[in-house]
Amino acid sequence: MYEGIIQELIDELGRLPGIGPKSAQRIAFHILQTETFDVTHLAEVLLEVKEKVRFCEICGNVSEQDTCNICRDPRRSATTICVVEEAKDVVAIERTREFRGLYHVLGGAISPIDGIGPDDLRIRQLLQRLADGTVTEVIIATDPNLEGEATATYLTRLLVQPGLRVTRLASGLPVGGDLEYADEVTLGRAFEGRRLVEQ
Amino acid sequence: MRVTHLSLADFRNYESAELDLSPGANLLVGSNGQGKTNLVEALGYLSTLGSHRVSVDHAMIRAGQGAAIVRARLEHGERSILAEVQINRSSANRAQINRGAIKTRELPRYFSSVLFAPEDLALVRGEPSGRRKFLDELLVLRSPRLSGVIADYERVLKQRNSLLKSARVSGVRSSGLSTLEIWDDRLVVIGSQIIEARTALVAELLPEVDAAYTAIAGQMHSAALTNSLSVLSTSVDNDDDVDATSESYTGGIVSAEVAERHFRSALERRRRDELLRGITLVGPHRDDLVLTLNGLPARGYASHGESWSFALSLKLASAAVLRRESTTGDPVLILDDVFAELDDSRRGRLAAAVADYEQVIITAAVFDDVPPALAGHVVRIRAGRILEEGEE
Repeated sequence: MYEGIIQELIDELGRLPGIGPKSAQRIAFHILQTETFDVTHLAEVLLEVKEKVRFCEICGNVSEQDTCNICRDPRRSATTICVVEEAKDVVAIERTREFRGLYHVLGGAISPIDGIGPDDLRIRQLLQRLADGTVTEVIIATDPNLEGEATATYLTRLLVQPGLRVTRLASGLPVGGDLEYADEVTLGRAFEGRRLVEQ
Repeated sequence: MRVTHLSLADFRNYESAELDLSPGANLLVGSNGQGKTNLVEALGYLSTLGSHRVSVDHAMIRAGQGAAIVRARLEHGERSILAEVQINRSSANRAQINRGAIKTRELPRYFSSVLFAPEDLALVRGEPSGRRKFLDELLVLRSPRLSGVIADYERVLKQRNSLLKSARVSGVRSSGLSTLEIWDDRLVVIGSQIIEARTALVAELLPEVDAAYTAIAGQMHSAALTNSLSVLSTSVDNDDDVDATSESYTGGIVSAEVAERHFRSALERRRRDELLRGITLVGPHRDDLVLTLNGLPARGYASHGESWSFALSLKLASAAVLRRESTTGDPVLILDDVFAELDDSRRGRLAAAVADYEQVIITAAVFDDVPPALAGHVVRIRAGRILEEGEE
């Protein structure tokens, strides 16, 4: 145990995800030994981010304004919406530069163990966005785990309406990998999801 | 397949141990509490990533140490493999094949063994959960993909039970109920795969079990296995365990499609009960494997000797099934303290039944308990020291 404020700092850092007691201690001492200016800057950024960043009123993505950059971008296609669990999934898909439509961030997945039901997700907002018929395709890109799949199934049943195509991301083998290194579950899924080669 | 050498470091009572093993029969003899079972437990761990004695790994690490290491040299034909696992007290375990790191859960595919132990008696006399575990472990050995399916099923079950419980607390008309259908769907699709796999396995084990029982007991007793599937039961009582009504019994293979149909209607039938009690009442987690001798349930009717013969027959049958499908030779048979429990004639017949396996490793407290045919390579164990025959 360290004295007073140092231990308090270590405890606070240790509360962050992915940081154990040892890392917390290392970071705390790094902060102690750094020039005052850098620490002030870090503190300012921390306060600023809490103050400025909010959630896009349309899609739920993180944003510094009422709506996010993607929703405001006129070049994005308004006919396709990609539904993801978290804002960080938006960044992952954006990195591909393949998708030119809009997003909808649910804010999690259905998980009764954690007390999260459909009412706790931004599903009502999604339905409102679909109401005027502009959107013709919804791509469900929830995580390929049990909770993500359950959420996808729920949405699929909810979104049955004329003129709307609902699709789900494929799951299968990683590109550039070797078949022999794939684990059984992934390889098994890839078998299930095999498709006819066009002839 | 056979083990030619086993090395341990900080495993149970061994600070370090080196054990040479021969093809054919190997006998480890020593008084109680000297460390015989610890040696075979280590081998079992390499093949199943679990112990037959404890459910937590850290019990296997020598007191005061941070990690235990189990290393075995395995041979199959011309091929030699060095398999190693490090069991860590405070971090994830690590595995290596030929000094190269691999995922720990992939270790079992390099080494298959079947372990017989006094604890196996619970397969016959114990609760259904032990028999489900027996089937599931064998399923995973044969088809590793199923470990994912079984893990998913357990997760769905937890999610669905939490939903049922919260629906019970906040009243049945809660909005949470709208998602029950979704979890029903997952439960049915995943659970039906398990039902299909288990019933197919039972059909395959059935003739092997009967043959093994006849071989061990020396007489025909029609040892048989029947699945008791909770999804087939039409009873609506609130019996806490499996509904042991005859309509839930089936000897045949139930395909996933058929299982799904029964599963869905069973859920519908039990919906009210499920909401009332807040738990999932049908599915493979409430199934059982019914063991019978001459048509009578072994649990309750079989004598001690008969129960033992049945437990051994189940293990022999699983070894036979693994052997038939193996591309790397026979599984290694490990007989931990089994002979002390059997009469002379059963000892001789068990010895004969395992004699043609590539390698058999036996532990015994009393040398004379083990039939001479199995006293091939004898090793004495005393206070955590391994002594070759003739050494003192």
